[in-house]
Amino acid sequence: MRVWKFGDDIDTDAIIPGRFLTIYDPAELAKHAFEGTRDEFAKEAREGDVVVGGTNFGCGSSREHAPLALLGAGVKAVVAKSFARIFYRNAVNTGLLPLVCPEADSIRDGATVAVDLAGGYIEADGKRLPIEPVPGFMKEIVDAGGLVAYAKNLKEVKRCSTE
Amino acid sequence: MAATIAEKIFSMKCGRSVRAGDVVMAPVDAAMIHDITGPLAVRVFGEMGGERVFDPERIIMLFDHQVPADSIPAAENHVFMRQFAREQEIHNYDLLEGVCHQIVMEKGRAAPGEIIVGTDSHTCTYGAAGAFATGIGSTDMGFVLKFGALYFRVPESILLEVEGKFGRRVGAKDLILSLAGDIGADGATYMALEFTGRAIEKMNMAGRMTCANMAIEMGAKAGIVRPDAATWDYVGARRDIEPFDLAGDADAAYRERRHYDVTDLAPQVAVPHNVDNVVDVTKVAGTKVDQVFIGSCTNGRYEDLFEAAEVMGSADRFADGVRVIVIPASRTEYLKALRAGLIERFVEAGALVEAPCCGPCMGGAFGLLAPGEVSLSTSNRNFRGRQGSTQAQVYLSSPATAAASALYGEITDPREV
Ligand code: SF4
Repeated sequence: MRVWKFGDDIDTDAIIPGRFLTIYDPAELAKHAFEGTRDEFAKEAREGDVVVGGTNFGCGSSREHAPLALLGAGVKAVVAKSFARIFYRNAVNTGLLPLVCPEADSIRDGATVAVDLAGGYIEADGKRLPIEPVPGFMKEIVDAGGLVAYAKNLKEVKRCSTE
Repeated sequence: MAATIAEKIFSMKCGRSVRAGDVVMAPVDAAMIHDITGPLAVRVFGEMGGERVFDPERIIMLFDHQVPADSIPAAENHVFMRQFAREQEIHNYDLLEGVCHQIVMEKGRAAPGEIIVGTDSHTCTYGAAGAFATGIGSTDMGFVLKFGALYFRVPESILLEVEGKFGRRVGAKDLILSLAGDIGADGATYMALEFTGRAIEKMNMAGRMTCANMAIEMGAKAGIVRPDAATWDYVGARRDIEPFDLAGDADAAYRERRHYDVTDLAPQVAVPHNVDNVVDVTKVAGTKVDQVFIGSCTNGRYEDLFEAAEVMGSADRFADGVRVIVIPASRTEYLKALRAGLIERFVEAGALVEAPCCGPCMGGAFGLLAPGEVSLSTSNRNFRGRQGSTQAQVYLSSPATAAASALYGEITDPREV
């Protein structure tokens, strides 16, 4: 499992360009992931690969096609120094793990990587880097495997309740 | 206890004091879905076991990104959404009215103190009406369609106090671009921007919408303009509502207070490929452009078209070799411009005037750029590939700067025209 390294401010237009937004199937979207930005990604990404970014990963549009395209490519986790708000939530909701790692910059492209969620770290090229825990109310959704699974058996929600 | 506007809105909705950092399952006053992100939300609603939406009257549906349908899949999406609207008895504006954010505002579907979500990142536009409005993804929207509520982390707020008087042909778009440059593309992530000060008070609703619209370009969750007489006039003309006071308290716990003065602000341009890559127009004047786009939810209102026409003055042609695409943000704004003779001016000068929709801003419908082409656009994003080829360059500016540049075929300071 390898690392696909990107820089700061990777926007959702780069992850999946606007002209593919009529597609909703993750496998189909994956064929166009990073098209025009990093064309080899769609061809070479493998199950379990990890995308690594800098700050503000996933800024821009609210399109959920972005996490879906990464999921379709087999990516289960995105590691970044920080995430744009909507992308972070969309990722959690769709079952893609957004992992905040202050030392993400030190990870090199092509590094061999493994994620240990329970241990709270990722291991890149044999080096362990701490990742921050997912905030409380999002944790339940992560554990359920996404918001659909979480909400499926929910009959009602208590308005104005706190987490 | 002193509170910011965002804190007050969540407190009002929940009938108790709610503060930044609290996570609440807040009720939603309105939910907007459109043709691109709506179909997925509807599907997710079904997968969540949703049968009836929480309240059809609170759902705003319309098509604007790919209209009229530019492909068979787009047409199929429209059919799918129409079907859902019929089944659920949701009023569907369909493709008749224009760009989502303009429609929510002009139909009076947003008001001070409301919590509004939309499956579009620029939903923050309704902060111009004093609402807490934020963009969400389709899965969150599926949840909202089912339950009418969503978990929100109440954000900290940055208070922006904007004083001074704009110079000639400088305005709201120049201000918000300069703020993006100053605060940075992620400088307000997870936070709300609260706009106050004399320059904002004197700004018309069109300008306030331009400002609130681009809060997301600094990562903000919402951009809220403190409601005043202008807000209540605008909202009151569209629905029955009693004005009330909704201001941030002077001693509220703002994360930060920033002061600006617009008096000496020059026209601003965001240069490729980030919205916070902002310079004075003089720094890029002379850059050749292939396409000029005047429109979008940021700058497609009558006031924007008027601003562009004013800069055109008596000029009767745009520069040779420049494609000028003008798209009013809504049917209402189109008609206003038409009746004022602006549309005729643009067409005579050589512009393509399209029916209300997102157009080139969406980067998937039409008006796409070839590799190597340069575009100046009044929209809100210049990301690489946003308007076509990843090898194209997109600059962002005000309608005045766009019109001046269309006249000369190169980026031009509107004050010099
Ligand atoms: S005009 Fe552009 S920014 Fe506005 S809703 Fe349409 S695509 Fe989004």
